[in-house]
Amino acid sequence: MTDIALSLGPVFFNWSPDRLRDFYARIADEADVDRVFVGEVVCGKRMPFNDPVWPDVVERLTQAGKTVILSTLALPSNIRDRKAVKALCEGGASIEINDLTAMPAMGAAPFAVGPFVNVYNEGAASFLANRGANLICLPVELPLSSVGTIARACPDVTFEVFAFGRLPLAVSGRCYHARLHGLHKDSCQFICDRDPDGLPVDTLDGQDFLAINGIQTLSHSLQVWSPSPEEAANLGVRSLRLSPHTLDMVAVSALYRRLCRGEASPQETRAKLRELPLPGALVDGFTRGIAGAAKAAS
Amino acid sequence: MSIELVCPAGTPSALRAAVDAGAHSVYCGFRDETNARNFPGLNFSPEELTEGVRYAHARGAKVLVAINTFAKAGAFDPWKKALENAEKSGADAVILADLAVLDHAARNHPALRLHLSVQAAAATPEAIEFYQQTFGVKRIVLPRVLSVEEIATLNAAVSVETEAFVFGGLCPMTEGRCSLSSYVTGRSPNLSGVCSPPEHVAYEEGPGGTATKLAGYTIDRVAKGAPAGYPTLCKGSFVAEGKTSHLFEDPVSLNASTLIAALARAGVTALKIEGRQRGKGYVAEVVRTFRAAVEAIEAGRDEVEVERMLAGLVEGGRQTSGAYKKTWR
Repeated sequence: MTDIALSLGPVFFNWSPDRLRDFYARIADEADVDRVFVGEVVCGKRMPFNDPVWPDVVERLTQAGKTVILSTLALPSNIRDRKAVKALCEGGASIEINDLTAMPAMGAAPFAVGPFVNVYNEGAASFLANRGANLICLPVELPLSSVGTIARACPDVTFEVFAFGRLPLAVSGRCYHARLHGLHKDSCQFICDRDPDGLPVDTLDGQDFLAINGIQTLSHSLQVWSPSPEEAANLGVRSLRLSPHTLDMVAVSALYRRLCRGEASPQETRAKLRELPLPGALVDGFTRGIAGAAKAAS
Repeated sequence: MSIELVCPAGTPSALRAAVDAGAHSVYCGFRDETNARNFPGLNFSPEELTEGVRYAHARGAKVLVAINTFAKAGAFDPWKKALENAEKSGADAVILADLAVLDHAARNHPALRLHLSVQAAAATPEAIEFYQQTFGVKRIVLPRVLSVEEIATLNAAVSVETEAFVFGGLCPMTEGRCSLSSYVTGRSPNLSGVCSPPEHVAYEEGPGGTATKLAGYTIDRVAKGAPAGYPTLCKGSFVAEGKTSHLFEDPVSLNASTLIAALARAGVTALKIEGRQRGKGYVAEVVRTFRAAVEAIEAGRDEVEVERMLAGLVEGGRQTSGAYKKTWR
């Protein structure tokens, strides 16, 4: 049986340069993950602040033996964003595309595909594989039955499933942090930096519901997919993606590593995760082909 | 300057109404999961489509067939058949979103004209160039995230035709990139061709008024007796930082009728009216009004006068020009 790899996804939130530096230093030193996706994927306006951080972060992670992949914007919205995507794709590093804007610049180079690209079937997966995709993190709403069908049809591609974290549910041309605070996107004052795990959105009846992060809308709850090694292998899933939050991601990755090695059961893993200060409940409905907000088993 | 008006046809009778009212093109879909308005009582059988195409062509109008959902893994047949049936019907183009469907169409139906659905969310010259060069796509339906100025810049940078929504329902989220509906109900535009589907909708009377609910979540609440809207998730009222608001979008619909001339100047080939779920009376009225407005603009008539012609058009409730004006963001 092939080992299940662990990936740390890109940070969705507007973390300060210092926070990013400290976070990745600890990941490099202590987190048992195989791959780390770094870079800004949500809002190009944040890039001038955080861009200076990445060379050091990449070097530190690489020296620690991690595979580092540069993740690109999910919704490049102006010429500056487009230039940033192009420069990254042509820069020779390993790249994850999150929008087909990146395709022309990738040329014949291999690339990873993030969950923002619509790969809903084996035809789309093999199309991208023929163009150089070697790793595909599938869209979050895709049920495992579809994941299995796609993965079995494209054995040369590493398929990754979004296994931990608030679910990225939507992106928009509009910035919701700005709208909530009576500002416009163009003069947003970068207030999304106040909510390092996203800003909770409740229903009128006070029920936890969603979280906003600039132009992005996430679930309030956290996705948890905690398969046994056999279940993942049977589906053809070779990698799990853990999405960064402010809680102890070293601890989260350690729990998933034990799970992937068969040293902890799915149930035990979920129980241990629930002991951490999670920003929301654990859900797994998408994996089961039902409402994504359906609670995960105990 | 000649603006093509692309009008919705949820049913054969709506198609005839749109054509009779002056639609240059109508768009419609098959009665299955291959199109993004997969609602009961809507859409076309292959025979109805063939008949609709005959009706439209006889009156100089075109028919565009939306096959714009993402094919289900391991079950590609409905999408394959939809492409075959669209070609057989003599339709003028198909509107596609899925890479697998585009790839299949480009390989197996080289004579079919391909349009890229808004569901593909191609918002940059690079993404558009990719679809054009890879699949020979001839027209892009623009994602509703661009301002008029950005559309002008985009059109200067690409050689494909572009089509822009001007009227009807409005998604504040980038279409084709939204899983809010499936998060709550299990069904979404990409998975099932529906958003906030009716089987999950409930209206509950309580002391605070009427709650509109989607799969048990309160999406909005109105005073008792006041008209309660349909609980489309992104148009709901929510609480964030203690503030209650229509955080994502007000319960508004798109009305960019005052921007027709500006969109035409921005190089847009076609203007699209949303509303395949609408009845033929509504479709006829909206199409007739827009056709007159488009002709007035082409005849060089005063834009203020054109705005007045369209002022009577209300979709019910409040309206917005959406992302076309930068302040929307």
